[in-house]
Amino acid sequence: MGEALRHTWTLTGSRIRLAMRNRAFFFFSFVMPLIFLFGAVFMTGKSATNWVGYILGAVLTLTVMGSFWGLSVQLVTFREQGILRRFRLAPLGAGPLLASSILSNYLLMLPAAVVEIIVCHFAFHMRGWGNLWAVFLLVSFGSFAFSAFGLIVASVTNTMQETQMINNLIWMGFLFLSGATIPLAVFPSWIQRVSLFLPATYLATGLEASTTNLASGSEIITDVVALAIGLWMAFEISRQLFRWEPEAKVGGRAKSWVLVAMVPFLVFGAWENVTGSRLQRIRTEYQTVSGRMLRQMTPGLPPNNR
Amino acid sequence: MADPIILAENLYKNYGTVEALRGVSFAVPQGEVFGLLGPNGAGKSSTIEILEGMRTPDRGSARVCGLDPEKAGDEFKQRIGAVLQSTALPDKLRVKEALDLFANFYRHHTSTEELLKRFQLEEKRNAFYSQLSGGQKQRLALAMALVNEPQVVFLDEPTAGLDPQVRREIYDIIEQLKKSNKTVLITTHYIEEAERLCDRVAIVDHGKVIAMGTPRELKHSSAGTTRIEVRMARPLNNGSLSNLDGVINSREFDGTYVLHSGRPPQTIVALVKQLEAENNELQSLEMFSPSLEDVFIELTGRRLRD
Repeated sequence: MGEALRHTWTLTGSRIRLAMRNRAFFFFSFVMPLIFLFGAVFMTGKSATNWVGYILGAVLTLTVMGSFWGLSVQLVTFREQGILRRFRLAPLGAGPLLASSILSNYLLMLPAAVVEIIVCHFAFHMRGWGNLWAVFLLVSFGSFAFSAFGLIVASVTNTMQETQMINNLIWMGFLFLSGATIPLAVFPSWIQRVSLFLPATYLATGLEASTTNLASGSEIITDVVALAIGLWMAFEISRQLFRWEPEAKVGGRAKSWVLVAMVPFLVFGAWENVTGSRLQRIRTEYQTVSGRMLRQMTPGLPPNNR
Repeated sequence: MADPIILAENLYKNYGTVEALRGVSFAVPQGEVFGLLGPNGAGKSSTIEILEGMRTPDRGSARVCGLDPEKAGDEFKQRIGAVLQSTALPDKLRVKEALDLFANFYRHHTSTEELLKRFQLEEKRNAFYSQLSGGQKQRLALAMALVNEPQVVFLDEPTAGLDPQVRREIYDIIEQLKKSNKTVLITTHYIEEAERLCDRVAIVDHGKVIAMGTPRELKHSSAGTTRIEVRMARPLNNGSLSNLDGVINSREFDGTYVLHSGRPPQTIVALVKQLEAENNELQSLEMFSPSLEDVFIELTGRRLRD
């Protein structure tokens, strides 16, 4: 165990150094979310202070979910180029290799999240700081979980082409059906119900509720637990399916393991659909922040009640 | 032979319908440089990769340092070093970082500063892997293979594709290993490499060991014949030179006639006479003392590069 931790830490350091030398990493991890943040705030009204918190939740979700793309592509590249083969000769298991990619990604993503929060607070006059503890927990577990989902995709795909195709399909769902780009509350009811089966929904709605200070700690805990269970299952499955060799192909049956990683979200989705409390929360939060925005942008209207 | 440090017993390996290994067996004692010589596709890499624990044989068994390479796991990897047929590392990894990274995976490792000096990589210590020449990359691969001061070193075609100057540099490094009493298993299709570096050689063809011994023993087994290579202006009338005085066998490869003769002067006189009689002209004639190439030709009827 001690050796595995030492190897994980060594590889984490090396991966961070490699990422810092990659311009594409800077662009996609730091610049792109900021562009989205500035664009969204300027387009939808920066004076609406609580709305800025809501946008921050969405931008943090995008930043965290980016781990999904980066890690799957990197792992497949390393395997296709034969880099993993060289690591296989060393006394090193798949666990430290995978864990280091999750950990390094997290440590690199954290400053970007901090910058986004600071920009929203000081440049866009966001009201307060939101629930920072909840934000920290969701960003952390979200990053770990989405990294692990990326590793699963890398484990069950045989070529970069296949990886990118599957990534795109999943990414579209995460992006548009989770509330990260389009508020979930504006969708028809059946789409809202479907979205409850997506891990991204728990991250997006959790973060939006935390940055706007509109959810209680216990409500956020459900999101964190969902992400933590998803992380654990995804990591274990990707470790079991891990392949070092470029020519080692995974069969169709092994690919169905991806569905197993989704089991926690199917359970949570079913539960939330039955109780309906989350959808109610999402609608109320949206009405609160969008209503407040309208009032603040329209002089003469009375302030919204908290 | 004392207890062998490398033992391959009746190894079989199929890739689909291709029979890569058909019963390869050999034993290597401590401190020996043992070569697997054969053309591309002969089964050399499959054999070495089974011994490195990278592949599972379909039948037969392998032992290295008294351990089963496939099952002994990290304990086995602590004791071996290996250069793969093609080593790949992340492009933006620096030379010194690569050595330090791999050194960290082992319980005992040598000084990476010393390795940089020994492999003439000091000036390139801060260079990215992508900035290295082919020879420098191979020197780094060798340095990485020795970072844990292994008992057994596996070198899979360590000089393939390198220019003669770099190849000689690599030979010097392997000769240093020999002097330091390391056990080395090397695969090659270069005659010069096998003759110069190996204490013993196994000639491999179509997945089988077809001859084994010291280079001297193997050359003697070719009846101490001299190889004469001749080219004529026109093809021979009878298509063969096997009837010439002193000729033991004769074969034609792309217009070059390769004769093995026990009495070279008489063979040359007879050759000139035959050409005069046929009104043919001698374009070139070269004589070679017996080599492992001749042994291979005698045993298979093909050249090593065919």
